[in-house]
Amino acid sequence: MGNAKNYNLIIGGAITGIMLLFMLTGFFYTPHDPNIMNAELKFAGISFNHPFGNDNFGRDLLSRVMVGSFNTLYVAVLTVLCGTFFGVLIGALTGYYGGIIDEILMRINDTIFAFPSILLALVFVSILGSGRNNVIIALGIAFIPGFARIVRSEFLKHKKMDYIVSAHLAGIGDLRIIFRHILPNAAPVLLPAVMIGFNNAVLAEAGMSFLGIGVQPPDPSLGRMLSEAQSYMFRSPVMVLAPGIVLILIILGFSLLSDGLNKRP
Amino acid sequence: MKRKEAVRFFSAMVLISLTIALGGCSGDKQGDVSSSVITVGLPQDIEDSLDPHKAVAAGTREVLFNLFEGLVKPTSDGDYIPAIASDFTIAENGLVYTFALRENVKFHDGSTVSAEDVKFSLDKCADTSSGGPLVAAFANISEVLILDEKTIEIHLIEPDTEFLAVLTTAIIPASNPNPETNPIGTGPYAYESRSPQENFIVTRFNDYWGDKANIEKVIFKIIANIDTIVMDLEGGSFDMVPRIPKSQADELSDSFNILEGTMNLVQALYINHAAPPFDILEVRQALSYAVDPFEIMLMVSDGKGAEVGSSMFPAFTKYFIEDLNNFYSFDVEKAKELLSDAGYPDGFSFTITVPSNHAQHVDTAQVLVEQFKRIGVTANIELIEWESWLSEVNTDRNYETTVVGLVATTLTARAMLDRFHSENRRNFNNYSNPEYDVNLENALASADDLMKTYYYKECLRILTETAANVYIQDLPDFVAINKKFGGYEFYPMYIQDMAKLYIVD
Repeated sequence: MGNAKNYNLIIGGAITGIMLLFMLTGFFYTPHDPNIMNAELKFAGISFNHPFGNDNFGRDLLSRVMVGSFNTLYVAVLTVLCGTFFGVLIGALTGYYGGIIDEILMRINDTIFAFPSILLALVFVSILGSGRNNVIIALGIAFIPGFARIVRSEFLKHKKMDYIVSAHLAGIGDLRIIFRHILPNAAPVLLPAVMIGFNNAVLAEAGMSFLGIGVQPPDPSLGRMLSEAQSYMFRSPVMVLAPGIVLILIILGFSLLSDGLNKRP
Repeated sequence: MKRKEAVRFFSAMVLISLTIALGGCSGDKQGDVSSSVITVGLPQDIEDSLDPHKAVAAGTREVLFNLFEGLVKPTSDGDYIPAIASDFTIAENGLVYTFALRENVKFHDGSTVSAEDVKFSLDKCADTSSGGPLVAAFANISEVLILDEKTIEIHLIEPDTEFLAVLTTAIIPASNPNPETNPIGTGPYAYESRSPQENFIVTRFNDYWGDKANIEKVIFKIIANIDTIVMDLEGGSFDMVPRIPKSQADELSDSFNILEGTMNLVQALYINHAAPPFDILEVRQALSYAVDPFEIMLMVSDGKGAEVGSSMFPAFTKYFIEDLNNFYSFDVEKAKELLSDAGYPDGFSFTITVPSNHAQHVDTAQVLVEQFKRIGVTANIELIEWESWLSEVNTDRNYETTVVGLVATTLTARAMLDRFHSENRRNFNNYSNPEYDVNLENALASADDLMKTYYYKECLRILTETAANVYIQDLPDFVAINKKFGGYEFYPMYIQDMAKLYIVD
C-alpha cells in the first residue's frame, strides 16, 4: 500500500472540500433570499436565474439548499463535537483509572447505547422541546457512548504498554499521561470514528427534520426540504433532487475521507 | 401523461414490494370484501372523547356524526329534518317545544329509544354541576317533561330562535354506563373498534330507522404523514381523504375524483390577548393590515379560497358580512404607522404555534412569516403535535398566536361567536371586551330573529374593529375519492356523511 496513491483520501478530500465551501458560502452569501416567496415562480423549473429551480412557494432552491446544508452542517458539527468531547473525557478517565466508577459509567453507557440514537433523541426533544439547539443537545448525548467506548478500549490497551509504565516510573502526572501520551496514540482509531460519526449526525439531523422536529419552518435544512418535497415528487422532481444530491455528496465525501484516513500508512 | 405513468409505475412497485413483504402475514384480506369497505383518511386520532357530548375537536365530531343523531339532524342544504323525533311543534310564544318520537328507533345495542333516554341525554347536556352545561344553549332549558312514552316537551326560560339547531345534540341510551369508551347511538353506522393512533372502525347499522347506509364498513384510518397522502391514495391505503392540499390533489392520477367545496371554517392567526404585546389594539391592527389573504390563497391553494373578515364563514350567508373583508385591506405603510404608534417602531418578535398535522395551516404560517417580515415583525414558527395543541393552546392557553381553523359545531351564529365572551370556557383567545359581551348577551336573549341577527352582526363587527384575530380565509376543501365510490355530499358544517356514499358499478 505504501506506494499506491490513496485515491479515497484524495477524492473524499476534494468532494468534502467543495461541499464545505458550498455550505460556508451559504452562510455569507446566497444568490437570492432563501425565504422570499414568489407566486409567479411556483414550481418553476431550472433557469439561468434559478439554477436549481423553485419550490412550492416560489423560493429559490439553490439558496435554500445552500442555507439548508449549512444548517445541517451546523447541527452535525456541534453534535459530533459534543459527542467527541464528552466521549473522550469519559472514555479516557474510565479506561485509565478503571474501578467502580468505570463500571457504573460504562453500564450507563451500555444502556444509552442500547437505544436507537434517533429514538433517544426523540425522547430528549419531547422533554426539552423542539428547535435546532435542543436537537444538538439530544443528538450529542446520543453520540457520547459510541466515542466513549472506542476511546476507553484504546486506553485499556495502551495503559499496559511499556512506554506508559516507564512514564509512570519517571513520575509523570496522570493528566499528562492521559492527554499527552495516550490520547495522541488513540487518534488513528478515533479520527475515522469521528468522520463516520459526522456522517451519522448529518443523517440524523436530516431524519429529525424529516420528522418535523429540529429546524423549524420556514428555515431550511436538508431533511426539512426533503420532507416538504414529498408531496410534490412528481410535479417538481427537482425539489427532491436538489437537497437529495447535496446530501449524498456530503455523505459520500466524508465516507471516502474516513476510508482514506483508515488506509493512511 | 408521462408523470401519470410514473405515478402508476411507482405505485405498482410499492404494491409489489409490499405484497412480497407482507404476503406471509396478511393473507388475501383485500379480495372480495373490499367492495363494501371504504378507508377514509383522518388527519388526527380521535383523542378527546367518544362521548358525543364531550367531544370538542371538529375532527372527532365529523366522524361521530355517522354514529349519533339528535331529535333533529342537519341536511346538506343547511336545513333540519326530524330524526329521532318524527314531528315537532313550537308553541307560539317560542317557549315550549313538543316532540313526537319516531316509532321503533333502535339504538346500536338493540334497545328502543324511549322518552327516558331523550330526557336523560338532554338533562346530561344541561347539567351545570361540573361547571357550565355541556351544550351552552341548554342553560336556557327550564325543564324537560315526559308527557307519555312517545312525547316529550322542552320548556325554555327565554325564547331562542336558534334552539332547534342545538337539538342536533346526540341522544344516547340512559343505560350505557361507559359512553366514553363504548359509544352507542342511533346513527346509520355503529361503532366496531378503535385502535389508538391507528384507526376507528364503524359498521353499517342494519336496524337503522331511515335509509340504510350503502357501504358495509368504514375504516377511518389516521394519516401517519400528511406529506405522503398522494402515495397512500395511489397505493390503495386510502379510498378517500377529505381536505387534501391543492398541490397534492393535482398530483393524483385519473383513478380519483377531486371534489371541491369549502371547509366552512374561519382560518385565522388566533391571538392570545393575554400575551403582550397583543394586548395593544394597534399591534393587532398592524398585523391585520400586514396580511394579504390573497397571497396566502395563491401560495397555499393556487388561489382557491374565500376571504373572511371576521369569525363567520361565507356559506353562512345569514350572518356573513362581506364589507368586513376590506376593513383591513393590505397596506404595509399603514401597518408600520400603527406599529410606531403602539411603541414598536422597530417591530417585535413572536411565536406562531401550528399543529403540524394540518398542511394548509403550516403552509399559511410560512407565508405569514414572510408577510410580517415586510413590517419588521419577526414571527417564528413552532410546530407541535395535534394532541399538544389541544392541551397547550386550547386548554392551557399557553401560547402567543396560533394558525388554525375554527368551525361551527351546530349551524348557529352562537357556535361561532359565544367563545369570544370573556367568561366562556372555550375562549382560548382570552378575548375580553365588555361591549362584545353585552352584544352577545343581547343576541342570545333576543326572541325576535331580526334583533338577534342584528346583535350577532354587531358582534362580528366588534371582532373586526378590535382586530380580535388576524382573519384570513375559509379554506377550499378538496376531497380526493376513488372513482369506485360516489354520492359524496358537502355539508355547510364540518361533517363527513358516510351513509350517502355508494359503490359505482
